[in-house]
Order: sequence, then structure tokens, then C-alpha cells
Amino acid sequence: MGMVQPIATRRSVTGISTGKLAVWWVLGSEIVIFGGLLSCYLFFRLLYGHWSEEAVHTNTFAGSLNTLILLTSSLFAVLAHRAAEIKDCRRAFMYLWLTIGGALSFLVVKGCEWTYEISHGLTIGKSLFWSFYYTAAGLHAIHVIAGAIIMAFISFDVIKGKNLQRVELIGIYWHFVDIVWIFLFPLLYIAK
Amino acid sequence: MSSNAAAGHGDHHEVSFWQKYIFSVDHKVIGMQYLFTGMFMALIGGFFVYVFRMQLAFPGQEVLGFGTVSPAQYNALVTNHGTIMIFWVAMPVLIAALGNFLIPLMIGCDDMVFPRLNRLSYQIFLLSALIIIGSLFVPGGGFGGAWTAYPPLSANSQYSLTPLGSILWVVAVALEFVAFLIGGINFVTTTMNSRAPGMKMFDIPMIVWMIVIASILFMASVGPLIAGAVMLLFDQTMAIGFFDPAKGGDPVLWQHLFWFFGHPEVYVVLLPAMGIVAEVMCTFARKKLFGYKTVIYTALGTAILSFFVWAHHQFVSGIDPRMANIFTVTTLLISIPVAEMLFVYIATLYGGSIQFSTAMLFALAFLVEFLIGGVTGIFLGSSAADIYFHDTYFVLAHFHYTFVPIAIISVFAALYYWFPKMFGRMMNETWGKIHFWGTVIPFNFIFIPLFILGTSGQHRRIYSYENFPDLATPDMQRLRVIATTSLIVMLVFQVPFLINFFYSMFKGKKAGNNPWNSNTLEWVAPSPPPHGNFAEMPEVYRGPYEYSVPGRESDYWPQNEKP
Repeated sequence: MGMVQPIATRRSVTGISTGKLAVWWVLGSEIVIFGGLLSCYLFFRLLYGHWSEEAVHTNTFAGSLNTLILLTSSLFAVLAHRAAEIKDCRRAFMYLWLTIGGALSFLVVKGCEWTYEISHGLTIGKSLFWSFYYTAAGLHAIHVIAGAIIMAFISFDVIKGKNLQRVELIGIYWHFVDIVWIFLFPLLYIAK
Repeated sequence: MSSNAAAGHGDHHEVSFWQKYIFSVDHKVIGMQYLFTGMFMALIGGFFVYVFRMQLAFPGQEVLGFGTVSPAQYNALVTNHGTIMIFWVAMPVLIAALGNFLIPLMIGCDDMVFPRLNRLSYQIFLLSALIIIGSLFVPGGGFGGAWTAYPPLSANSQYSLTPLGSILWVVAVALEFVAFLIGGINFVTTTMNSRAPGMKMFDIPMIVWMIVIASILFMASVGPLIAGAVMLLFDQTMAIGFFDPAKGGDPVLWQHLFWFFGHPEVYVVLLPAMGIVAEVMCTFARKKLFGYKTVIYTALGTAILSFFVWAHHQFVSGIDPRMANIFTVTTLLISIPVAEMLFVYIATLYGGSIQFSTAMLFALAFLVEFLIGGVTGIFLGSSAADIYFHDTYFVLAHFHYTFVPIAIISVFAALYYWFPKMFGRMMNETWGKIHFWGTVIPFNFIFIPLFILGTSGQHRRIYSYENFPDLATPDMQRLRVIATTSLIVMLVFQVPFLINFFYSMFKGKKAGNNPWNSNTLEWVAPSPPPHGNFAEMPEVYRGPYEYSVPGRESDYWPQNEKP
């Protein structure tokens, strides 16, 4: 059932589009979720020096590779936005799918990494470091999956020339997912 | 839609009952869904308190309508009374029901900016309500580790003995948070972007300001607890030790996460209540709100300060005493802006021509009762006094002197005030006043005895005091009986309210658009407002509280009236 857009949605008292405003508020609430989790981790890390004995087993190479993949996918998200701005729908569609490709590659690397670690006994219950490792990275991975799915939906609109403004919105979200990883990477992989 | 729908049954403009009332995207219907769900949950929470207060007054005896109360049941009842009253009554009614119903009407637009997201928010909320109710009937019974869910009791089913109940409790609370995050984003975005032409920041009615500030406050404080809920869920289900010292974790960490949210949460519900009182008072005192901007800045100040007080709940949890000093100072500081708001409201009344309508009586009662709640908070905010008072009935009575005014008294003010707009009819004022006195007097007779019991050292969360000879004296037992009797009187006086509410909904005197001669935009719309709210979208020319303006014939000046 199609819904008539209310007048409310079309107003813009601030001059910022309603969609963009909402995305920023979503990110605001996400920052405190990740912020809370990472602060807990940081306090424990600072308190318990012996966690480094566990941290030494994380795979820095896989972490670095994933950092590279996510940063590249963010570049594609920007290119998709630029294409959408000049109403080049086909190109925007292509860059959106390249971004989704980045998300999938990220998840493949993550999957291989976790399979190896879990099969070597480094499970979520092994010690508190690993509990945080899987919880934080897992929460982040859920965001990657959600972003990829939303992006796919948006891309099918974009190819039909509809809702082009949403390319920018998902781009903002995608950068956030990227930035969260930029925090996770040093905290989980570099700090040994 | 009203045209010739009756002529043929196949009119495709006519929406089905399901679309209109169950899966509606209309902000007013969603507001009503939240309101009725909240009222239903209040009945459950009210029934729980009846059962466990009976157990406390008459330990071991059969409770009418429940039977004898076992210790495990007692724990589940007190835990879920608290949880339900805060998360499934105060939050949905104060923020979601009023926010949904009022924000678009008061800022002069036709709906929320994201109607479908709004519907999703309610659906998630409803699911969470069903889960929390369901959690009481699973094997092992409902969670009984207090509404604060401190580990290890909440994390380890060996201690709680409610393996499923405690998991469902965490899931329900986490889902409720998600529902309110979605709703809050909608409220904030709508208010920022969709105000009527001409409505500047300082023309926004106070209740809208307060709900928006509360929504942002909620958004900024709940994140760590959402992470905490996931961690607690992992502790429960996968035997991980985030909060278990034996596995390297720390139970106090949960307390930090919980109270970092839990204390701002007090202000999340307080601010909308303050907003209601402002609206009701200005209308029935026919006075401009004294210090409109002061109230907004004070509310913002309170919101910011509320992030720095949480550890006053943990003075006896083994935190560093130097830290306790800092939190004592911040806690005492936050009483200043709150007191300021009360003073500003009293100043609003000064020189007004006051009409003692039922809504106004409830608004005035809010000031008086909340003041007692605030003042007793000072005792608990000082770490030295708190060491004695901690976990006694003094805390409990203090807490209820803040939350009953917030979640019950101010909500009644709101319901009596906005009922004509919600349902297009007036409630009966005489019965309203009977309900008012029958609510407020017994309320004091419940909790003043509990203050006395608390100062005599009566600990909370105890099933039966018969096992504690020092606490089972006849004097103390008498106070418990007074409290329980008063509670029953208060509950009985809700019956006339419910009858008045539902009778007036269908049979009350028809209300015009603006029965109270108020200024704000919701009174411009028809009562009840149709889908789309306004026949013609209003424009705004002035602030919301231009009452008794000198030189004008009528004592009010609607925001949309052309100058």
C-alpha cells in the first residue's frame, strides 16, 4: 500500500533534509552504544596489564587487510554519492555495489579469521579479552551486514532513478561504520 | 472520507478497522496505542503492588485475588512492579503517548516525519511488553533480582533461580530501549524540521521542548546500557564473565552502566512531567509562563548535569570514597536547577486568576509532592547520610515521592487537560475532583509511614519481617498496615477515574475545539483531530503563553491568530 507523504516530512525548518537529520541522530545514539562498550574494554585493559598476553594472538594482518577493505569501500561510497549528485544513476548503482562488495570482502576475511581462532580454542568464553573481542567486533559486523542490506535496497531504487538522496544518507552511515572500525582496529589488533 | 462512505460498502477510501486502529501510521492513533498499552501495564503494576503490600502488612496470609505469596513470587512481584512502572508505564505514557499525540499538533503539522518508523517503534514496544508479561509465566517464574538487575544475581541462574525469567527480562528491556530510540529520533527530527511557518525556537510550547530534551537525554544515556544488556545476556546464556569476578569481570561495571543510564532516566521522565505542568498551569492561571527561556536553559542544564551524578547510587558498592565526594557535590548541585524550575512555576501562579479544574489540581499537587521527593533526595545524595539510608524504605519512599508525581499525578493532569482534544468530549469534573483527592491524600499516607520505617532501619526487598525481630515490632507493623490500607484506598479511587474516562469517551459533553481557551496550536484543530489534523495548516505569530495580555479584550491570544 502506497502511503502519501505527510506535509511534515516535506518541511525543512533547519534547512537540512529530514532524512539527513535523522541519520545524524541515529549515529549519535550509535556512538554512545559503541562508546559504552569500548570504554568498558579500555578500563579493563588499563586495569589488567596481563590482557596483552591474550591480545598478542589477534591476527594483525587480517585486521589491517580489513581496514584497507573498509577504507576503500568508503571511497566507493563517496564516488556513489558524487555520481548520484550529478544524477548518473548507472554509475551510482555500480559504486554502491562496489561498496557492498567491500562489505562482503570484509565479512569473508572476518569469517576466515574467526574460524581459525575459534578452531584454535580462542573462543568468546576463553577469557574476558576474547569476550570483548568477539562482542565489539561482532556488534560492528552486524552494522556492516545491516549497511550492506540497506545499500542493496537503495541501489535498486537508484537504478530506476528514484530516491537518489538516499545514496548520501547511506554513505554517512557507512563512514560511521568505517570510523568505528578505525577505533576497533588499534584497540583489538595493534595494542598488544 | 466522511462523504458517502455509508452509501456503499465498497468505498475504497474507507480504511479497515485493522488499518485504522492497529496498523495505523497516524501519530494520534499511535499515541493512543501507547497510552492504552501504558494504562493496561499500569493496572498490572498496580495489581503487583497490591499483592506484595498485602504480604508485607499481613505476612503469610492469603491475598484476595492471588493466594499466598511465596518468597520467589514476592521477589518477582517487586522486581516487575518497578520494571513495568518505569519502562512500560512512565516512559510510554509520558514520552511516547504524549509525544506522539501532541508534538505534531502543537507544532502545527499533520504527522511525524517518519510515520512508518513511528508504527515500528510501537510494534517493538508492544513486543517488549508481551515478553515482560510472558516472562512471569515461564518455568522458574519471573525475574526477581530487583529492577536494577545487579549481577551476579541477574547474571547467574544458580543464584536467581529464574533461568528463563531473567533472560526474558533483559531482552524485554533492551527491546523497549530500541523502541524508544526509534521514537525519540522521530520526535527530535519532527520538532527540528516540521514546525509551522512562523514558529521560532522560542515559540515552541514547553511540553514539546521537554519531550525533545528528554528524548535526546535518553538517546545519549541509554547506549552504554544497551551494550551492557548485550553483555549481561552473554553472561546469562553463554556463561561469559563480563560481570563475574571469578572470570576476570566486575559486577560493579554493570552498576556503572545501569546508573549512567538510570539516573538521567529520572530526568527523562521528569522533564515531560514538568512540561505538562507548565501547559496546564499557564492555561488555568491565565498567566504567561514566568521565565520561559529560563525553564528551557534550566532543563538543558539539568540534562547535562544528570550525566555526572550516577555513582551516588553506588556509595556503598565499594567505590573510592574520594569519588563519592565528587558525586555528592554533583548530586547536590543538580537540586539547584530542579528547585529553580519549581520556583519559576510558583512565580507563574503569582497574580494569576486561578481556576481549580481537576487538571490544575493535579498540576499543583505535582509541585507539592515532587518537592518532598526532591528534598528527601538531598539526604541520599550526601554519601555520609546515604551509608545509613542506603537500601532502606527511606530510599523507596523518596523514590516514590519523585516518581508518583511524575508518572501518575502529572499524567492525570495531562489526561484531564487533553482528554477533550483526544476524544472530543469532556470528562466529568466532579468525579475528577473526587478522583484527585482520593489519589493524592492516600498517596501521602502510603509513603510518609514508609519514610518513618526507613529511618527506623527497615531494609527494602525483604519478604517477611517476621524473621527480623528488630523490624517486626508492633509499632512498625502498624505503619506497614497503614501504608497498605492507604494503597488500597488509592487503588479503589482509580475506579471512578476509569469509569469517568471510558464513559466520557462515548457519552461525555461534546467539547469544542478549544474548551479551556488555550493558546497552543492543538486547540486550533477539531476535537478529536481528523487524519491530517488541521483543515488549513496554521501559521504562528507569537509565543504559546500570551494570556491576560493588557489591552486585549479576551484573556488569551492563540498562537495562530493574525496580529
